[in-house]
Amino acid sequence: MSGPSTYEPQTGFTRWLDARLPIIRFARDTVIDFPTPKNLNYWYTFGAILAFCLAVQIVTGIVLAMHYVASTSGAFASVERIMRDVDYGWLIRNIHANGASMFFLAVYVHMFRGLYYGSYKAPREVIWILGVVIYLLMMATAFMGYVLPWGQMSFHGSAVITNLIGAIPVIGEPIKIYLMGGPAIGDATLNRFFSLHYLLPFVIAGIVVLHIWALHVPGNNNPTGVSVKDVKKDTVPFHPYYTVKDGFAVVVFMILFAYFVFFAPNALGHADNSIEANPLQTPAHIVPEWYLLPFYAILRAITFDIGPIEAKLLGVIAMFGSIGVLFFVPWLDTSKVRSMRYRPIARQLFVLFVLASVGLGFCGANDPDKFVFKFGPDQLVVNYVDTNGVAQVSPKFAEYDGPEGAAAFARALPPSSGAAVAVVEDGFKWLWLSQILAGYYFLYFLVFLPLLGIIEKPKARPPSISESVRKKQSPSAASAVNPAPVAAE
Amino acid sequence: MSEHGSKAATASEAHAGETRRDFIHIAAATVAAGGVAAVAWPFVQQLGPAADTRAASSAEVDVTKIPEGSEIRVLIGGMPFFVRHRTQAEIDRARADDKLPLRDPASDESRLSKTPDGSYNPKILVTSGLCTHLGCVPVGPAQGSVGEFGGWYCPCHGSHYDTSGRIRKGPAPKNLAIPTYEYVSASMIKIAL
Repeated sequence: MSGPSTYEPQTGFTRWLDARLPIIRFARDTVIDFPTPKNLNYWYTFGAILAFCLAVQIVTGIVLAMHYVASTSGAFASVERIMRDVDYGWLIRNIHANGASMFFLAVYVHMFRGLYYGSYKAPREVIWILGVVIYLLMMATAFMGYVLPWGQMSFHGSAVITNLIGAIPVIGEPIKIYLMGGPAIGDATLNRFFSLHYLLPFVIAGIVVLHIWALHVPGNNNPTGVSVKDVKKDTVPFHPYYTVKDGFAVVVFMILFAYFVFFAPNALGHADNSIEANPLQTPAHIVPEWYLLPFYAILRAITFDIGPIEAKLLGVIAMFGSIGVLFFVPWLDTSKVRSMRYRPIARQLFVLFVLASVGLGFCGANDPDKFVFKFGPDQLVVNYVDTNGVAQVSPKFAEYDGPEGAAAFARALPPSSGAAVAVVEDGFKWLWLSQILAGYYFLYFLVFLPLLGIIEKPKARPPSISESVRKKQSPSAASAVNPAPVAAE
Repeated sequence: MSEHGSKAATASEAHAGETRRDFIHIAAATVAAGGVAAVAWPFVQQLGPAADTRAASSAEVDVTKIPEGSEIRVLIGGMPFFVRHRTQAEIDRARADDKLPLRDPASDESRLSKTPDGSYNPKILVTSGLCTHLGCVPVGPAQGSVGEFGGWYCPCHGSHYDTSGRIRKGPAPKNLAIPTYEYVSASMIKIAL
């Protein structure tokens, strides 16, 4: 895509350097002259936003590590000290904690954008796979980072996740022991999590370099999904066109970021994590951070055994499978048309997929046995023991008092029956919603994407990027041609 | 991002357009520089001593607990201080040397603080515990070496301090520093960093 370099060193020093370390040439070719499709919209700015997020997390994280104490006796106090005593420690920690949320928000937009415009398709499969690797590393980093403040949610959340890994047959238990470094989450766990939490962002940064390298081979995809045909007509140099566009998007993103940091720093966290970890007392409602909730919902959606595989293991398989399936998306999607702009059915199913993913997040945040909505008002029943000594449940009553009420029914029973009134709720459980949405999640990848490539009739695509832009500007321009799908367009 | 007049800058607009674009470049760069400075400030400030460190920067010492001829060593925020209960012979020796040509001239009395009744208590000498050469901690009576002048001896590079903590021999340039301290009562002193 980038073609032959057009850089010409102007001074004696740059000519000397260019013959030895062509770093100026490299920078010019990759961030200044790099030909970029001229029709990229704001969804394409999230790559730059993510680079910004990674830099923010690394810089604030290095600072926090200067003040943090990785020990079960000192961690919680050291975090409180950062918040209260270290100059601007509150600011830097709030940026770091909310920065994780902002990072995931941006990465989800980035991933949905890739899925919508078919940016994972040939020749960009490796870019996509590297992106999924980065996403996995982000989740591992975020999980380990969340353990470090050593609050109640840190401790018990990490206990749940390590036990999940223990559910994997044969290898699960040894992995769990090696992860924890002891029989339970403790000093050994905290120290290795701290070490890895510091290491992994740099691994992410390394893979980001590969991600961008792989991107710069074919160049950017674009909203039409049509490949660049004429570099002169279809592209503009990265600088200033996209440096300015990305820069503007980063500034807008910083406004949202700053809102959370300064006005709602704890809105995305959990109150339980302000209580120091207590291994003897689990919080009533354990939930991961919001960005992991959809996977948590998929984990809990599996409440049934299939054959010899029990529900616990199936849940773990489904959860890891929901991320693992992303690796195969380039081959699961059989359509030759990249952008869903021109795929009428896939486009609608994609919108449902986004809704399902967000909905799974809500399922993950709620108690699976509570109700999304109730079928009707709560009713009363009387539990009692009949004359044969068998436990019985009365019919349902709408009222407690009155001739038709539960109280009247209970009074009619002999005292020895031990009659007790109970409330019966009936409604649509969060569990059922999460099962439906998790089902759709897998259907989308495993059935719809492979099938639609065969049965869907795509709409006409513009013949080139420049034509698509010209068409937008002058409605009188010739309508798009190219109705038949060409390989990977 | 914007210091560079690129092809776009000269693409269409004529003279008037260029000055406007120049203004945008300068304004954007200025805002960016302001933002960087505003962000850099907290990131530099956090390197300084934290509020709890600053709060723990003084200590009170009961000087009546120190046996005559001995000293105690106090650590405040990791900084060592010597509080020495001098014998009459040590006081006399320090006063006698006031008249000698010293490397860092100071009278013995100038190195004391007034007690609440307005007099000096020459028995108690309070000094910093850091040699003025390179910051080693000199040895004193408790460590079995007081140097040639009866005060302290720094084992690192051989500086000798007298019984008033003044430098008398060796590479150190200055007398042992006198910290900020005051008598809060006849028997208690408060040393602050």
